[in-house]
Amino acid sequence: MSAISSKPGPGNLLRTQGAQKLLAFAGLIALVAGFSLASPNFMQTPNIIAILQAASVNGVLAVAATLIIITGGIDLSVGTGMTFCAVIAGVVLTYLGMPMPVGIAAAILAGTCSGLLSGTFVAKLKVPPFIATLGMMLILKGLSLVISGTRPIYFNDTPGFTDIATGSIVGMIVPAVPLPNGVVILFAVAGIASYILGRTILGRYAFALGSNEEALRLSGVNADRWKIAIYALGGSIVGVAGILIGSRLNSAQPALGLGYELDAIAAVVIGGTSLRGGQGTILGTVIGALIMAVLANGLRILSVAQEWQTVVTGSIIILAVYADMLRRQRAAAAG
Amino acid sequence: MSAAMETVQAAPLISMKGIDKSFPGVHALKSVNFEVRSGEVHALMGENGAGKSTLMKVLSGIYAADAGTIEHDGRPVEIASPRQAQEMGIGIIHQELSLMRDLNAAQNIFIGREPRTAGGLLIDEKKLNAEAAALFEQIHLKLDPRTPVSQLTIAKQQMIEIAKALSHKSRVLIMDEPTAALNDAEINELFRIIRKLKAEGVGIIYISHKMDELKRIADRVTVMRDGEYVGTVPAADTPVEKIISMMVGREISDEPPAIPDLADAETVLEVRNLNRGREVQDVSFSVKKGEILGFAGLMGAGRTEVARVIFGADPLASGEIFVHGRKITIKQPQDAVRAGIGYLSEDRKHFGLATGMDVATNVVMASLERFAGAGGVLKDPEIRAIARRYIDQLSIKTPSERQEARLLSGGNQQKVVVAKWLLRDCDVLIFDEPTRGIDVGAKSEIYRLLSQLAAQGRAIIVISSELPEILRLSHRIAVMCEGRLTGFLPGGAPQEEIMRLATQRNENRAPAGELSEDAKMGEKA
Repeated sequence: MSAISSKPGPGNLLRTQGAQKLLAFAGLIALVAGFSLASPNFMQTPNIIAILQAASVNGVLAVAATLIIITGGIDLSVGTGMTFCAVIAGVVLTYLGMPMPVGIAAAILAGTCSGLLSGTFVAKLKVPPFIATLGMMLILKGLSLVISGTRPIYFNDTPGFTDIATGSIVGMIVPAVPLPNGVVILFAVAGIASYILGRTILGRYAFALGSNEEALRLSGVNADRWKIAIYALGGSIVGVAGILIGSRLNSAQPALGLGYELDAIAAVVIGGTSLRGGQGTILGTVIGALIMAVLANGLRILSVAQEWQTVVTGSIIILAVYADMLRRQRAAAAG
Repeated sequence: MSAAMETVQAAPLISMKGIDKSFPGVHALKSVNFEVRSGEVHALMGENGAGKSTLMKVLSGIYAADAGTIEHDGRPVEIASPRQAQEMGIGIIHQELSLMRDLNAAQNIFIGREPRTAGGLLIDEKKLNAEAAALFEQIHLKLDPRTPVSQLTIAKQQMIEIAKALSHKSRVLIMDEPTAALNDAEINELFRIIRKLKAEGVGIIYISHKMDELKRIADRVTVMRDGEYVGTVPAADTPVEKIISMMVGREISDEPPAIPDLADAETVLEVRNLNRGREVQDVSFSVKKGEILGFAGLMGAGRTEVARVIFGADPLASGEIFVHGRKITIKQPQDAVRAGIGYLSEDRKHFGLATGMDVATNVVMASLERFAGAGGVLKDPEIRAIARRYIDQLSIKTPSERQEARLLSGGNQQKVVVAKWLLRDCDVLIFDEPTRGIDVGAKSEIYRLLSQLAAQGRAIIVISSELPEILRLSHRIAVMCEGRLTGFLPGGAPQEEIMRLATQRNENRAPAGELSEDAKMGEKA
């Protein structure tokens, strides 16, 4: 702790959570090492690819959730929002027969709009974020079913759509590393979000909102407007997740989505972002998403029943947050 | 004295006239006048609740006045928002510092005005840090602008607030009890900066309770009392006694209590050398059966903190607590309750009362096991009967014992909490601001109740920031200042004497330990 605090660097906002990130990272390494020893199948390239692929959708959703949580809020609508965006893409591409870029843009726009709406409920109508996004979660779930007529929409008429997530541009260039595009998209989204948080006005105000909203307001900043902007940004990232899931399944499954928000929040928490707001990192969140994917994959390889995987994941969440509490207490005691 | 002559001639930077402000049920400001000139430190004094902070919130655009005018450089202005106040060059440093703990020093100073690059999209962190460093240079603050605020001492945080105000090119700087959390070395540092700002022509409004500070730093003093303007006097030539009498000069409407002879009474509660950080330092006292011990002091003197450590709500660093002569260990409130100590918080709604539940449930809340039968099933008829008995005994005004507590008036809510502790057989009752938020009529009823409880043989501790209340109730008065007991006075002691003890700062403060701690913070930075 003192080593970190004694030399605050320019990336201080990224570093305040250094210890927890380190902890999460160490946990990830330990898991990978443990599973490698336990099973020779774990460290195979196809399996690693599968883990990364599995982490990509949850990772992107978790990045969106991180943005909101840093402001001191929460977004429960990321799961069904993702489905809603996929359905919108399906409508535009399959029903209306528009070209692929239009479908992608429509999905991201749909996510942005739903984020704008959530943000407005929270900032302007003062509905608590938990309630506002719980409402949005149900609204978006219902709309997905209504729009799709409760049937899956397939992307068979849009050649190349499945390649968005499952193809590998990296593999075409470097055949030895067939990294799926979905993973590249996760890293790109994470990179952009991290940059926005660390370097832009929007990011600065996100931390300020979570740290002390009243102080931000008293500094003469239009706090409501920035809060809405953060929710909208989160929504647009949910739109990206919608494209990813649609591409992986080659379809928009309107019944899907519920429960994804909890996995996303779990990844955020394991990554060391504080639910109280004001603190958090995207890198931590990505590590959190990877931990969850590694865990699910490794336990499956070891033939642990699906039911027990959930129990383990739950325990890991509590352990991660408990470790964070310990660290905080020690930091507080140190001065 | 020539400096004083100059300030007298200077035109006021800010002149507030006839400022009036009411909140529901409170007339907070009654036609108040106040002005501050360039290059002067104008102290604003008054007891808690006199309206100082409200007046400053009007000036800084947080509250809108109901009536009155504000002139800025001789021109009438409207100050509708904090931002507008900022633009006019009025900066305020709140008592509760309003910094964002998770951001660093430089980021806090320039929040909302970050220097930008890339067409306004990105924050120019280099420029941000350089500008903050320049500000720190200006006030001789040795601090890395990139230090997170959460790692800074309160004193350093205050310096950050000052730097923030300076960066707004503030010509008027309001400081609300800036020294409340500072040690002597830090206060000297603050005063050095204030003198520097003064020399540069900044007008400083200085809210404080502390007489010695006033003499050291202020040019003029304006006194407020009960929301009214009392007068403005030069700080150097006015005796402290005069200022105190301006502050407290109200009549006491109630008779002081008949003080019982307690020479032979048993000591119920005794505490020795209680310590907890800065707020509770070496506090020792005792209360006898049938005695009301009043705790007087200004806000932040540590009275509530003393009550909380005795009740186990906050952990004790060191000290001993005896009840009926037996030493007891109190680690959490349930230990205190078992020993017969009841605490009536100043914040009833948060800590004393389950406002959403009915009166009967609240009355039995601390003794619920007594009303549970086999398997924890509650005996509802008994609960309601006992509640009815207390409603009767304490004349709680409620349609029935099933009324929700939140629907009762403040005075009656307070009585419900009293009933809760009486039912629990508490010998020691600690009342923290027992009449806060209670109207005048109900106050005297609460006073009667407290006297009655003492007469029945309970030991009572009353914490109050209202001097008349302390005088009206107490058989003996303990006065605190900055975490220490500065003296005991007999009931009915003159108000001036209490105020003297309440503002008596300990000259031997800031021992080497605290200084070195500060030095450590400096190193960290």
